[in-house]
Amino acid sequence: MATASSKTSSSDPATTNVPDASGRFGEFGRRFVPETLMHALEELTEQYQQAKQDQQFQEDLNRLLATYVGRPNPLYFAERLTEHCGGAQIYLKREDLNHTGAHKINNTVGQGLLTLRMGKERVIAETGAGQHGVATATVCARFGLQCVVYMGEEDIRRQRLNVFNMKTLGAEVRPVTSGSRTLRDATNEALRDWMSSVGDTHYIIGSVVGPHPFPMMVRDFQSVIGRETKQQCLDQVGKLPDEIVACVGGGSNSAGMFYPFIDDADVALTGVEAGGRSAEAGEHASTLTYGVKGVLHGSYSYVLQDNDGQTQDVHSISAGLDYPGVGPEHSYWKDSGRVQYHNVRDDEALQAFQTLAKLEGLLPAIESSHAIAHVLKTAAQRSPDEVIVVCLSGRGDKDVNEVARLLGQDI
Amino acid sequence: MAESTKISSVFSQLQSQGEMAFMPFITAGDPDMETTLALIRELTTRGVHLIEIGFPYSDPIADGPVIQASYTRALNAGIHVDDIFSGIESLNHDETPPLVAMVSYAIVLRLGPENFLDRAKAAGFSGLIVPDLPADVADELPQLAGSRGLDLIQLIAPTTTDERVGRILKSATGFLYCISLAGTTGVRDELPEELKGQLDSLRAKTDLPLAVGFGISRPEQVEMLRGSAHGVIVGSGIVRHLESISKDSTTADEVVNAIGEFASEMVHAVAADDR
Repeated sequence: MATASSKTSSSDPATTNVPDASGRFGEFGRRFVPETLMHALEELTEQYQQAKQDQQFQEDLNRLLATYVGRPNPLYFAERLTEHCGGAQIYLKREDLNHTGAHKINNTVGQGLLTLRMGKERVIAETGAGQHGVATATVCARFGLQCVVYMGEEDIRRQRLNVFNMKTLGAEVRPVTSGSRTLRDATNEALRDWMSSVGDTHYIIGSVVGPHPFPMMVRDFQSVIGRETKQQCLDQVGKLPDEIVACVGGGSNSAGMFYPFIDDADVALTGVEAGGRSAEAGEHASTLTYGVKGVLHGSYSYVLQDNDGQTQDVHSISAGLDYPGVGPEHSYWKDSGRVQYHNVRDDEALQAFQTLAKLEGLLPAIESSHAIAHVLKTAAQRSPDEVIVVCLSGRGDKDVNEVARLLGQDI
Repeated sequence: MAESTKISSVFSQLQSQGEMAFMPFITAGDPDMETTLALIRELTTRGVHLIEIGFPYSDPIADGPVIQASYTRALNAGIHVDDIFSGIESLNHDETPPLVAMVSYAIVLRLGPENFLDRAKAAGFSGLIVPDLPADVADELPQLAGSRGLDLIQLIAPTTTDERVGRILKSATGFLYCISLAGTTGVRDELPEELKGQLDSLRAKTDLPLAVGFGISRPEQVEMLRGSAHGVIVGSGIVRHLESISKDSTTADEVVNAIGEFASEMVHAVAADDR
């Protein structure tokens, strides 16, 4: 079994030389999917490896990241937030300034180029908050690809603005009415679509989850976040940061931020999960904090499930963190001790959203607000000569309706 | 694994008579375990050759909407793995055809593979199908199942390459579950032409019986498979009936009987070579 046959014990230090050819991050990852998808995943792995070595592909990617996405985005010193917290200097990595307003487009540009390279004409995607859906629809419009986005009915209600944007960009948004009607069910539907359309369709998965090679591929495309941060820290601060903080749902912005720092043992890495309303099952989405090792969506990782192996319902104020699984590399980092994972409750995230708005003039995505909230609680424990970088993974425009509703205000 | 299992005995007997097997799928616990057991008894009486019992799972990516809805109904009604095992154990297994558990690896792994297999064996299952556990990641499960006299049935898809077929055949026992169309389970109008070619190619490579599933729902579809396949699996076409217990005012007895009538037609279709 996945556990018994693992060659890496959990106490081994984490390396960047993962996954292996079978998609293993230590004991995590691999491919637990129906036979129908296996050939496509083998083919995708090969195509991706070729693209990675192809100079033209890398040049195309870098040009689009620079001229279309707007990279590099700044590393910003949050002076008033630093003052407010009274401890370490706080810098924000401004993924919110990317085209489409979040880190998601780093991945969709890469996978969009890969779709063209593979000669496929149709793209499907799942989305929770809608950010990945918008980023996918955007890239499909740019490349002239047909686009279908699966989105849970509950999320469609919470994220109407993004639904409108996706449609404007020419994508078809298919509401998912099964199960909890959120990200997890949208992922089921997208996988199901892919099983009958795999010949002409590429599935642009939005996070570092799913079967191999997705967790590796999405991490690689998102690693531009960490690479830029590293260089900018050296240029602006003259040293590497003491700590990096990022929110974790499926875990793509955090994986992209952390990965280039894995070998820098002096840089503390902190992932922040959605603590929801409480630690009770069904009231949160803190997979690494409260989950068990199991299989979900084609990968072996920590998962929130009951004693029968049934996936548990999750709750978060944030549609983007509202997911009962997590990328296998995060599970690997957790067990190796390389990354520390904490969680932050809905009300703390809501408070952080308002604090960052008032102190820095920045409306953070409610997902990113979880990372900010953790820093609000912990920055004072560090001295003023220490540096914390927070990944501001997205902007909060999409969340204002929901935030206003929660604050009891009409807009 | 050398000695013949209940599953291989059924197939060799049918093959010696030039007949195919009819293998219905039902969901455990939809709408309740009592109905499931009544259905197994009914199908046994109707002479079906093997029954697949679906273990409801919350995230069944390998299944189509009909079976997912059935799984959701069963889970909402409170079915647990314990209830399935104890229900199946209560049957008289001298009478029933071989029972095969269709179960997600998420469930097998949560219970612990050896524990799950021990309990499946004790309950009276003859084998299992784990649709989200392709041969590449099955690791020791084929050996663990084999040492308990349980068949671990492997799937072959239209997208499966020759190289993968070779790998899959190494650990396959019981029969091969051949998916007739790329995609998930569901009811379709026509069997694809390429299917016959694929079955011919598989027959040249293995002596294992070939059962065709995914998208078969009518007795007429059986004839096309004669001479190519050794068994026919019907899932969504049967599970659809269960929906009417929850939706309409149809009683469980009526639905059990309707499924029984359909099973009789299918049993007749797989046996008849005179038409």
